[in-house]
Amino acid sequence: MTLLMGAVAYDAKVVTIWSGFRAWLRRHGLPFDFVLYSHYERQVEDLIAGRIHAAWNSPLAWVRARRLGEARGEPVRPLVMRDTDCDLRSVVVVRADSGIDTVADLKGEAVGAGAVDSPQATLLPLRHLRELGAAVEARLFQVGVGLHGDHVGGERDAARALLAGEVAAACVLDANHLLFTQEGTLPAGSTRILTMTDPYDHCNMTIATSAPSDLVEEFGALLTGMSYADPEVRPLLDLEGLTEWRPGRATGYAALEAAVDATGFYDASGRVTATAYDP
Amino acid sequence: MTPRITDLAGIGFDQGAQVILRRELALLPPGGRLGVTGTHDALVVHLAAWCRREGHALTVPPDGDPVEPGTPGGPVRAWIVPGPATRMRWAGGERAGGVDPSQVVSRPAAHWGLAARGALVEPGGPPAPFDLDRKEVVWADLAPALYAQAAARQWDPATAIEWDCVFELPAEVEAAVVQVMTYLVENEQAALVVPARLLARVHPHFREVTQLLAVQAADEARHIEVFTRRATLRGEELGTSSAGGRASLTSLLAEPDFSLASFLLSVLGEGTFLNLLSFLGRYAPDPVTRRIAALAHQDEARHVAFGVAHLAEQSRRDPAFRGRLRGAIERRHDVLADTAGINEDVLDALTLLAAGSWSPRAIADGHAAVQRLQAEMFDGRRNRLVRLGFPADEATELSALHTRNFM
Repeated sequence: MTLLMGAVAYDAKVVTIWSGFRAWLRRHGLPFDFVLYSHYERQVEDLIAGRIHAAWNSPLAWVRARRLGEARGEPVRPLVMRDTDCDLRSVVVVRADSGIDTVADLKGEAVGAGAVDSPQATLLPLRHLRELGAAVEARLFQVGVGLHGDHVGGERDAARALLAGEVAAACVLDANHLLFTQEGTLPAGSTRILTMTDPYDHCNMTIATSAPSDLVEEFGALLTGMSYADPEVRPLLDLEGLTEWRPGRATGYAALEAAVDATGFYDASGRVTATAYDP
Repeated sequence: MTPRITDLAGIGFDQGAQVILRRELALLPPGGRLGVTGTHDALVVHLAAWCRREGHALTVPPDGDPVEPGTPGGPVRAWIVPGPATRMRWAGGERAGGVDPSQVVSRPAAHWGLAARGALVEPGGPPAPFDLDRKEVVWADLAPALYAQAAARQWDPATAIEWDCVFELPAEVEAAVVQVMTYLVENEQAALVVPARLLARVHPHFREVTQLLAVQAADEARHIEVFTRRATLRGEELGTSSAGGRASLTSLLAEPDFSLASFLLSVLGEGTFLNLLSFLGRYAPDPVTRRIAALAHQDEARHVAFGVAHLAEQSRRDPAFRGRLRGAIERRHDVLADTAGINEDVLDALTLLAAGSWSPRAIADGHAAVQRLQAEMFDGRRNRLVRLGFPADEATELSALHTRNFM
């Protein structure tokens, strides 16, 4: 039997990454293959239907897979995640000279967010603002709907809209705020962080109940055994954005679960209930 | 251990904080941690994202940790414990030989690729497609000195030649100059293509060889320019190009072996051309032609010197190498056996240039001069073959097998 994993092709590099990992895993004795999906919803449905054994899932895809799996009596589990998937934050930034000093000042203002299905640029930061009592008008920058925010374009558009004065604030991942300031999308000193979410977790390798346990364990052991010192896998780790694979944990998704419930994105059994969401 | 603390003042990651942090982390002793102070608004958020990406652990004390009195920067806003990723990236790093030519290695690794000789090379990366990667095949100890000389003696076609100097030539003498220039251009095009093709195959570790080949190609580019410019100085129509001449030159392009290509082109072809350029320096009817012949001669002499130096080293190491050189001459001779050889228009033009006029006596003198030229070419080839270790009689025999097209 071959362990079959799904991954979403949010970028051409996904082919390079998983083709490289596939060759490495097979050379280390694991019968492994992968299939690519154009969006996360089909990947999760196929995981729960048993058509694939593992899914390299976004946090939102994890939430849906967990709900679908539990509803059908086939709970899923996170096998591994990247070191860079742990303890992320989303930030809400304003123009430095905007005069917006507190979250309350955002009342009634337009706030730029990412795609409707972006955990880090939409679901989590907008929930955070709601929890703080800010009634804002969310303006979505819909790039790569169905990719759960993997495509950075929506966040970059929101950041540009902030600079252009089209929105009063923008929601972005902490790492993307760092990226935008370093690449110059947000010039030095042009923005100020108004508030940020608590830490949360990002992607994980989600395993279906029906997956062959021996192959799954071997898969997990091989991934966590990958060394950044190995010149063969290091370029792939760099592309995928990690320095080591860690054992998966399901403890960092509570805020996203709450945001999904608050927005009605999925129902408790994992059905897509968001309106105007058509990946 | 006193913790190391760095004060970023008001500098954030949008102004290069990471540059300071990388330096500070590199200076940490094993097991150490780095305290960070600073006032930038986004410092802690960006530190967290940056450390996550770099694989460093970050601890953020809620209210900042106090520092010793007198330490600039206020309380420590975060502590970094460096992760192993940076160390692991360079764990298997190796020096790509040494920067000095004496530290050239026998066979540079394919994955060193385009790295500077002497650089610390990260393991991995794609193997570079340089098939000429053995020192004994491409290297000559003279290469660094020849390159330095070549770089120092580059000349500018626009200023090195007095293009607007006044001279008048009879129309037929001018036509003879144009014919010779036309012939020189096609030869120099072969002399450009051959080193350029070899250059792209030589492992960049042999830097001075690639530099020398690059300058050689640039020399030929300049020669093509000045020969063309002289040919069109008084008119627009060039001379003839014979099928036999082009067949001879095309056979040079067919030799894939670095040493044999260098032998056929530089030692035999360009070596023969030294005599031709000297002939033009003596008999050219105008100062522009004499000047460009002299400048080209200076460059070609350098090309010949590298070829001879490189091949003499190989020949000394391996006496059987001369058998391969002989084979290359014989193969080319056989290939060209059924071709016409040099363009007769070129020989006639050279004769007229040496004669200076159409009087029968002058033509006879010119004819004799061209015969002497060919004898000098023959002797020059034979002498260079002797320098490569061939016995005199064999050198004489092989010199005679060289293409009648000179190059």
